[in-house]
Amino acid sequence: MIESDVLDRVLNEARCHGAGFAEVYAEDRRNTGVAFDDRRVDGVSSGRDRGAGIRVVNGVTTGYAHTSDLSERSLLAAARAAADAAGSADGGSVIVALDEKRSGAGTKVEVDPQAVPKARRVEMLTEVDEIARSINGAVTQVSAGLSDSYRSVLIANSDGVFVTDEVTRVLFRVSVVADGDLGMQTGAESLGFTGGWEVFDRYSLADLATEAAEQAVRKLHARPAPSGQLPVVIAQGTGGVLFHEACGHGLEADHIAKGASVYAGRVGELVASPLVTLVDDGTVDGEWGTRSFDDEGQPTRRNVLIEDGVLVDYMWDHIRARDEQRSPSGNGRRQDYESLPMVRMTNTFVLAGEDDPGDIISSTEHGVYVAKLGGGSVNTASGDFVFGMRDAYLIENGQITEPLREGNLIGNGPQVLSDIDMLGTDFSMGGPGTCGKDGQGVPVGTGQPTLRVSSMTIGGTAA
Amino acid sequence: MSESDSNSELFALADSLIDTANSSEQIEVYISRGSSTEVRVHNGDVEHFVSAMSSGIGVRVINNGRTGFAHAGTLDAEIASQVLAEARENVSFSSVDEWAALAEPDGVDLTEQELWSDELESYPTADKIELAKKLEQMTLDRDSRIRVDDTNFVDGGGEGLVVTTTGIRRYGRSNSCYLSVSTLADDTDGTRTGFGFAVGAHPGEFDVERAARDGVDRATRLLGASKPASRSTTVVLDPFVASQLLGIIGSTLSGDSVVRGRSLFADRVGESIAAPTFTLVDDPTDRRAYTATDLDGEGLAARRNVLIDGGELRGFVHSSYSARRAGEGTTGNALRGGYAGSPSAGCHALQLVPGDQAQADLIASIDDGVLIEGVSGLHSGVNTVSGDFSVGATGMSIRNGAIAEPVREFTIASTIQRLLNDIVEVGADLEWLPMRASAPSLVIRDVMVSGSS
Repeated sequence: MIESDVLDRVLNEARCHGAGFAEVYAEDRRNTGVAFDDRRVDGVSSGRDRGAGIRVVNGVTTGYAHTSDLSERSLLAAARAAADAAGSADGGSVIVALDEKRSGAGTKVEVDPQAVPKARRVEMLTEVDEIARSINGAVTQVSAGLSDSYRSVLIANSDGVFVTDEVTRVLFRVSVVADGDLGMQTGAESLGFTGGWEVFDRYSLADLATEAAEQAVRKLHARPAPSGQLPVVIAQGTGGVLFHEACGHGLEADHIAKGASVYAGRVGELVASPLVTLVDDGTVDGEWGTRSFDDEGQPTRRNVLIEDGVLVDYMWDHIRARDEQRSPSGNGRRQDYESLPMVRMTNTFVLAGEDDPGDIISSTEHGVYVAKLGGGSVNTASGDFVFGMRDAYLIENGQITEPLREGNLIGNGPQVLSDIDMLGTDFSMGGPGTCGKDGQGVPVGTGQPTLRVSSMTIGGTAA
Repeated sequence: MSESDSNSELFALADSLIDTANSSEQIEVYISRGSSTEVRVHNGDVEHFVSAMSSGIGVRVINNGRTGFAHAGTLDAEIASQVLAEARENVSFSSVDEWAALAEPDGVDLTEQELWSDELESYPTADKIELAKKLEQMTLDRDSRIRVDDTNFVDGGGEGLVVTTTGIRRYGRSNSCYLSVSTLADDTDGTRTGFGFAVGAHPGEFDVERAARDGVDRATRLLGASKPASRSTTVVLDPFVASQLLGIIGSTLSGDSVVRGRSLFADRVGESIAAPTFTLVDDPTDRRAYTATDLDGEGLAARRNVLIDGGELRGFVHSSYSARRAGEGTTGNALRGGYAGSPSAGCHALQLVPGDQAQADLIASIDDGVLIEGVSGLHSGVNTVSGDFSVGATGMSIRNGAIAEPVREFTIASTIQRLLNDIVEVGADLEWLPMRASAPSLVIRDVMVSGSS
């Protein structure tokens, strides 16, 4: 994308005021999407975005500028703008010497999505629509989409990092509306994969379409969710968002540095039930948050955050890790070249425990079973977080009984983590997520075994 | 606005694509170009300064009922012609939709508005930084219990144009800015948070003192907060929270949702769907709205539309597509998410017609209830198709007509349909917020508060 002698000159220009750190991040993205809705192909779209962002860090101040023009003239202008924004430092200019270029392994792609004809995508979605509608006469609307993205990135910085990498992702989603006497209900499923079209040989879109339709139909007779505090059992693979919100965000070093996290200053302390071991791992093959390098050119790694309930470490970006003179954790990520990198999660999951999943349900007298979670959000400073239940049931006398209408659950991170009293043997990763922070969305994965929280507040309408 | 030197090159680029249309094709070119600044201050220093410029083109082609779209993040002429070729290729994979067509001029004139501020455009960078530093310092000076998480000055300005083979040829530009502060107040069992902000056409209109006061009050009021008892009770939504509720209601009134069978309120036009005190308008022609605009995403005039009048559903917001399909006229409500998005029907700038009582007077008539000052999980606990509504909340208990102790870590739940009917009062305190909706305080009865058992 950009020659190394040009990168040298751009990085030097970026440090014309003597800043301690400068970085060039360039990317070339292509997206293809086919959307199906209302029994027809609703849109076929293609996108192409290319550009570079220049970051200059001068003491506590970061300057950032970007351009969609990758010519040397334009890159130098962006470098000067970022340098001006970061302000002047006392130090003189230092000549940058880039390390030898390292190329990421790139995403392992067996079937290149770009080579899959759009007509084939239309065929697949048409079949999804037909299957979802065939499940039950109550299904009134089906919307589905198939998209893929290819991203080629280049990262070079004044610490010598010089990395290129390629990432390919594919995404399928389906949502279904069913209509009944009590109004409409919805069901949804999705499948995300960091890799190529081969994912559709491993997973059945028909199964996902069927599940989404059945979910919507089941909820037609759902009763209002309870209110107040009850035990909550969360099915394997769907509840990772609980940890993403209950503690993941609070373990990001930027929140820690500002004292805006309930987990600040607590390394070495028991912050969760001893059953809990929480890992963030950007290297898991095929997962939605997987990359060879993070968006600051640091290799992704497996980082244990909580081990047997004890807080082991936070997640770090390059600058904060450098300031602390510690090794980076590979968690510096950004949405695109127009955005500053931040500390972000990759694939965050809780390892399997020792309880039989069936026992977890049967030993719960009265509670809520969440088969599928929706999104969530957290206030990292207070630790209060919510997450939605998209497909949930009442547990009565140790049995899963009636379906419940949708709602949020609310809890406080440290409290909920210590209230986890059963953890299943049945670990699995969940569906693709988009994590939002400060206006930027990045793909993330989550996972966990079936687990129980002894008490959470259920946001229903029933007394 | 007519064509001028500054935008003639943009029109020329659009025309070069439009001119290639064959007799069976409709082509729409949307071009946007803009810049923004974001200054974040922390502990008296600039934490980051982001200076951004972006531009791009989106091309929609419709041929015999089939639609294709493509976009690119550049205004390079060669890439623009590739984008058109991609959009044409995408047409061939699309299904025939008998209602697919571009918007046509509908004779509605643009409402003259001052959407561009030269004062903002020329406001010096150093002064933007100083404003953020000033807000941080004013916030800290008000209360020793307060820490500041971050303080931001954000501005953005852009121009856009829509040119079609159907005769649309329009250009618009606007800029906007706001100042915000996020606050922290340490409690015995955690940290409470708050925020304050200032909006205006340019920084000269900012009420910085008010932003600092709100930031301090919102966080410190929650000190000592506990979980409220679960019960069905009356809630008062403050203007910030009520505005978020309006946004949800607005999405159920989208013409696209209606024609695709996803709106709660399809088939209800002319019926009462809300309390008689509730009158909701979408008015992008009111300059006080943060999202005021003269143009919609298809190049038609943005206009004032009454959606709910005294509780009665009057109609939906339409793009040209949803209007054609519903057999109605367009309401000028095509929204698009920048050059990379196709237009769809949505509300521009919702506004709830205020009542005549101050918030304190509304509270004075409530024996038991909760003033809701913050909500979370609107994307995870609200379903605009089924109407289920459940959100996390923070606020203040109301007892015997007065504000009592602070409360947190609870939810409020109902359904969208019931919330609308259970509205008891609409306050007089309409606030203009940096959002797509602006509301006064709302009093709603029989809402389930879920907290301690």
